[in-house]
Amino acid sequence: MINGADIMVKCLEAENVSVVFGYPGAAICPFYDSLYNSDIKHVLVRQEQNAAHAASGYARAKSTVGVCVATSGPGATNLITGIATAYMDSIPIIAITGQVRSDLIGRDVFQEADITGACEPFVKHSYLVNKTEDLPRIFKEAFHIATTGRPGPVLIDIPIDIQQNTIDEFVYPDKVNIVGYKPNTKGHTVQIKRALELISESARPIIVAGGGVLGSGSKLKLVEFAEKTGIPVLSTMMGIGVMPSEHELYMGMLGTYGKAPANRALHEADLVIVCGARLGDRAVAAPDQMGQRAKVIHIDMDPAEIGKNVKTTIPIVGDMKNVITSLVNEIGDYRVPQEWSETIREWKTELLAIPPTFDGYVEPRHFISKLSSMLRSKAILVADVGQNQIWCANNFRIREGRFLTTGGMGTMGYSIPAAIGAKFARPTRDVVAVCGDGSFQMSLNELATIVQNDLAVKIIVMKNSRLGMVRELQDNNYGHRHSATILNDAPNIEALAKAYGINCATANSNEEAEKIAQEMVKSDETFILVCNVYPDTPSI
Amino acid sequence: MQYTLSILVENQAGALSKISGLFSRRSFNIDSLAVGVTNDPSVSRITIVANGDEYVVEQLEKQLNKLIPVIKVKRFAEGEYISRELSLIKVHSSSAKRFEIIKMAELMGAKIIDVAQSTVTVEYCETSEKTKTLIDLLKPYGIREIVRTGTVAIDKGSATAAN
Repeated sequence: MINGADIMVKCLEAENVSVVFGYPGAAICPFYDSLYNSDIKHVLVRQEQNAAHAASGYARAKSTVGVCVATSGPGATNLITGIATAYMDSIPIIAITGQVRSDLIGRDVFQEADITGACEPFVKHSYLVNKTEDLPRIFKEAFHIATTGRPGPVLIDIPIDIQQNTIDEFVYPDKVNIVGYKPNTKGHTVQIKRALELISESARPIIVAGGGVLGSGSKLKLVEFAEKTGIPVLSTMMGIGVMPSEHELYMGMLGTYGKAPANRALHEADLVIVCGARLGDRAVAAPDQMGQRAKVIHIDMDPAEIGKNVKTTIPIVGDMKNVITSLVNEIGDYRVPQEWSETIREWKTELLAIPPTFDGYVEPRHFISKLSSMLRSKAILVADVGQNQIWCANNFRIREGRFLTTGGMGTMGYSIPAAIGAKFARPTRDVVAVCGDGSFQMSLNELATIVQNDLAVKIIVMKNSRLGMVRELQDNNYGHRHSATILNDAPNIEALAKAYGINCATANSNEEAEKIAQEMVKSDETFILVCNVYPDTPSI
Repeated sequence: MQYTLSILVENQAGALSKISGLFSRRSFNIDSLAVGVTNDPSVSRITIVANGDEYVVEQLEKQLNKLIPVIKVKRFAEGEYISRELSLIKVHSSSAKRFEIIKMAELMGAKIIDVAQSTVTVEYCETSEKTKTLIDLLKPYGIREIVRTGTVAIDKGSATAAN
């Protein structure tokens, strides 16, 4: 005989899950009791939303699935923002929630919430389990759905009696059979052929790479394709890291907050090859115009992305790696016209702007660029949301590492929990979270999680005592009326760090910041570096 | 543009709310929706009549296909399907007008299913266009109540939604 809770743990073990992030409560107690005997490491976060973000950071850093757990009612509803963030960013996570007893569902009992209903718009799929014997099949399906096709979060809501009931034996299925879910992985050969023709005829082609390239593990294939053909590469925010920043073909991030050479290239191109990007409004403000100027090849795992935001000349639905591999193998000896390569190279040098420095402050763009070279090659930088995100996106010089941020949902407070997840996934790599003083305060409670797990996560707080990005919007569009965007100086972060037992230092100049950062990088302890930033520093 | 979609879904809890939720979530408008089990008891069929341009319909089909319980989405081509909806219409009728109403209903192929002192209730199973015609004809007598199901649709000839 085996009970549901033991089955849940065995399912996780069968899926090779070694770390879960969560927060217990009454309705998930049977599961936590079974977990107690297991080799699976449970990381106790300080608020459930951060369990989902940590699972997301873990999943991205390790190219696997992340798991988070919460109890019923408020535990589950606290997860929602984290689940929604993973949904918008297409990150595979499994969210497990406890639920009140099956026979009490619908009676508004203590800590009851219809979480499958509430999460419907934000999950790839969800289950409310009503039989203990269904658990193995549901777990198997959930992991399959989260990780295949376009990745995304799957929620499993499990009433407490389902966790307590027993069945005769545990058998984990080795196959799934979901009639309505068979993602198409191989790109259509005729479409690929047409795409190759279009590329061969193009004079000014560019590649726009999004998160789909990283999520599918096709980064190196894409670089190979770009190098073989000489086609310049731009990335969306989610696509940063598809190429080393210093690569001669890499033009930087495009969009409203992107780099001038990248946007110029997009504007002048006659062929845009979109790879795993949805091209939301921040990436391409006027997609209609783009469709008129250039032909568009759109490669995506998700057929619903094709034609949603940008008019497509040739759609290719399929696994990115398969499709790009076909392109590499069949492109022949096509090379980008010399003239286009030269133009692109000129823009890269011409449009390079050096930000001015203000006395008594750290210039964040300058510092992020400096920091990049201090970190080891495979470093993971997690940027939060706000101006800090843009400063990092445009100035972090990525080599073999990762740049993690929430480009789709833009959830403030993402960086610290996601960095915790990333550090669990890659304990030997440098993991740095960069946030503003606004976003820092949205998840500073996780400092306790960092300390409890002795994680050498480095945190950089760009402190301008402002909600900088909104304030910038107010300056540009709302007549400098700084409505609710001025933070006071609190908290004293050094004193706060001391309370948590974390090393901390404050920098008031670039030199100081670089000096402290050198120490910080060398140390194998947790560290918070506070950079005082001039409040009027622009995002780009 | 009005279009009719047939959606085959796994007959499981929550499937209908996942589908109907999608419409409001992505701001698509539905004119009618009908659900029922098919010849395979594990599969239900949802018929949706909705409005929108080509972009909207295409997005809608794609988004529906992304839902895990959805097995198959089919858009019916103009003129290649038969559709019906069932209406029950309660019409005010004095004894003087009763036979006139019954005559007209029968002329349109409707059935009288209830007659009372001051009302006649008509059952009509037809396309939504013909239903509209009948309702327009009955309006002058005073309609007390109308109950309509959503439209259901089936391919003409040997084609089926599953293939």
